Amino acid sequence: MKSLEELQKIKERALQRRKLAGEGARARIVVAMGTTGIAAGARDTMAVILKELEKRGISDVVVTQTGSAGMSTYEPVVQVQVGNSELITYGNVDANRAVTLIEKHVLGGEVVAEWQVK
Amino acid sequence: MAYRANILINSDAPGAEAVYGAFLDELQELALRDEVQVLMTSGLGGQGVATQGVDAIVYPDSVRYVNLTPDDVARITEEHLLKGRPILALTQAAPEVAPLPPPAPKEVRVVLRNIGKINPFDIEDYIAEDGYAALAKVLTTMTPEQVLDVLKQSGLRGRGGAGFPTHLKWTFARNSPNKPKYLICNGDEGDPGAFMNRSVLEGDPHAVIEGMAIAAYVIGAEQGYFYVRAEYPIAIRTLRAALEQAREYGFIGKDIFGTGFDFDLEIRMGAGAFVCGEETALMRSIEGQRGMPTTRPPFPAASGLWGQPTNINNVETYANVPQILLKGGEWFASMGTEKSKGTKTFAIAGKVKHTGLIEVPLGVTIREIVYDIGGGILNDKKFKAVQTGGPMGGCIPEQYLDLPVDYQSLASVGSIMGSGGFVIMDEDTCMVDIARFFMDFVQDESCGKCTPCRVGTRRMLEILNDICAGRGQPGDIELLEEMGKSIMHGSLCGLGAGAPNPVLSTIKYFRHEYEAHIYEKKCPAKVCRALIEYKVDPELCIGCTRCARNCPVDAIAGAPKEKHVIDPTICIRCGICKQVCPVAAIDVY
Repeated sequence: MKSLEELQKIKERALQRRKLAGEGARARIVVAMGTTGIAAGARDTMAVILKELEKRGISDVVVTQTGSAGMSTYEPVVQVQVGNSELITYGNVDANRAVTLIEKHVLGGEVVAEWQVK
Repeated sequence: MAYRANILINSDAPGAEAVYGAFLDELQELALRDEVQVLMTSGLGGQGVATQGVDAIVYPDSVRYVNLTPDDVARITEEHLLKGRPILALTQAAPEVAPLPPPAPKEVRVVLRNIGKINPFDIEDYIAEDGYAALAKVLTTMTPEQVLDVLKQSGLRGRGGAGFPTHLKWTFARNSPNKPKYLICNGDEGDPGAFMNRSVLEGDPHAVIEGMAIAAYVIGAEQGYFYVRAEYPIAIRTLRAALEQAREYGFIGKDIFGTGFDFDLEIRMGAGAFVCGEETALMRSIEGQRGMPTTRPPFPAASGLWGQPTNINNVETYANVPQILLKGGEWFASMGTEKSKGTKTFAIAGKVKHTGLIEVPLGVTIREIVYDIGGGILNDKKFKAVQTGGPMGGCIPEQYLDLPVDYQSLASVGSIMGSGGFVIMDEDTCMVDIARFFMDFVQDESCGKCTPCRVGTRRMLEILNDICAGRGQPGDIELLEEMGKSIMHGSLCGLGAGAPNPVLSTIKYFRHEYEAHIYEKKCPAKVCRALIEYKVDPELCIGCTRCARNCPVDAIAGAPKEKHVIDPTICIRCGICKQVCPVAAIDVY
């Protein structure tokens, strides 16, 4: 890193990439993978999500991870964003819920309100 | 009988008595005493704004008269109360009330702003959130003195517990003449139930790295260390990946931003000793020695790691720094209280509905944290106390629910801010048992260097064990208090100096519980097994034998259809009988 300009360029690239991830891909799924999330089963949730997408032959959904933001009661926490719509946060997403979320929200575009954390 | 009208007079205003008397006289005159009631009240609700004078509201019309004198009363009584025509000239026009702003969010996320938002394994995700912009600004446009000025203005104080002003700490290290200088990040978060730092390291590691690089520039260090406990493997893995990326992108390493500034970081893992969170013990541990505290002075800023000037802050302190330099000291100082600026993260644990991590401006009340953010006590039980600041903090009872959470206020009630543990207890918690739990913890973690701490905590634990086991004796409470004070004064580091705090604060606020244990051999919260007894209510027992069949020690006698009896000499107070009883005939006494 040698200059401010270089940093600025990376920032623009990163923002662009983020947007593309939202635009080019159908949806984004973010799993909270901090210790609290993992203790509550986030690794299983992540594995099921990846497996389910593969099984259905879906390749235009971006799956990433993030830290555990503090809602320990609701871990594992999963965020879903379809297209450019609002990012929805879900709580207590175990393997079963993860599959349902892919089916209903990611593919069906329907927010599963009862699992939403606000 | 029902009155057709009521007059409420604000009794707080001078002259209210005279107006009251005038109303009574006038009503008497017009023979309205049976129809209109006059009342003096402290403060008026209803529409309108209180004035300095005597105000009165006439119901049911809700007409508010303001600044009344006894001379006004005759007109009001005749026109309004008799003829039903309010005298608008004496009322206050309802002020234009601006709609209330939406309630300020209780949580403000500065340190936690990126957590749950960015991918910690992708440095560009951090850069997209203005990451490393503060470091760029500092290195290319600011002198170390200017950075210190901003920090001073911000009022940032150490978030590790003691709350020492950060700009002063950095100034001391900067002014130390010896070279090389070192920088340490204390990530040895050992308080039971606290995980603020872990979350930051796992969710936003680059914020801490950036804060450290800025600190290194200010004090003139070229080498820094992360000291993270080995119990945090995910934090360490995340941090390791973050350091690699930061090095690859040139945010740490040689000639950062082309300014000739060199700085690099390494991770050192703690092996699980609680006392290694104490700064001098921590430095000995990094040096490869046994983790035991050493005397201060010399302070780390003069002679720290390997005898060199060293600056040591905790994870949260460093994580605050980039934001302060980007948004300015004033922005940070606008949050919090007079002497405790900014926000603080807390790990909410215990008997509360929403446990987890929060970040609030300093100065919010305990009530706001417990009820507004925490959602209240589990099963809607009663709040009993909150333990702040980890095992060396104190228990704060219900009467201080409205205490603002800041460094001074917590200290004033015998507790500490600590790193931000916040363990909430309900009515079912035995305070003697809690004190015993924490004493057991610190006794276990005492490094053994100072005799008062090593032996004293052991003796205090033994007394507490006795009290909980029903072997408490008169004089135990006084002995605990005396020993507690001696340990505090006779120990080198914060562990010994704070170890008696949970005991002393529970004695201070819950002495009656200690007394009940010792003199009545009763545990009011029904927790201490030796002091409780399970009994079958013969009125309710239906003789189903379920309790007897489930009892692991065969302490329950009784044939089918007969009343059952528990033998207290055999009973181990496991509570299984109470759980399985279909008619709730078994209770704890």
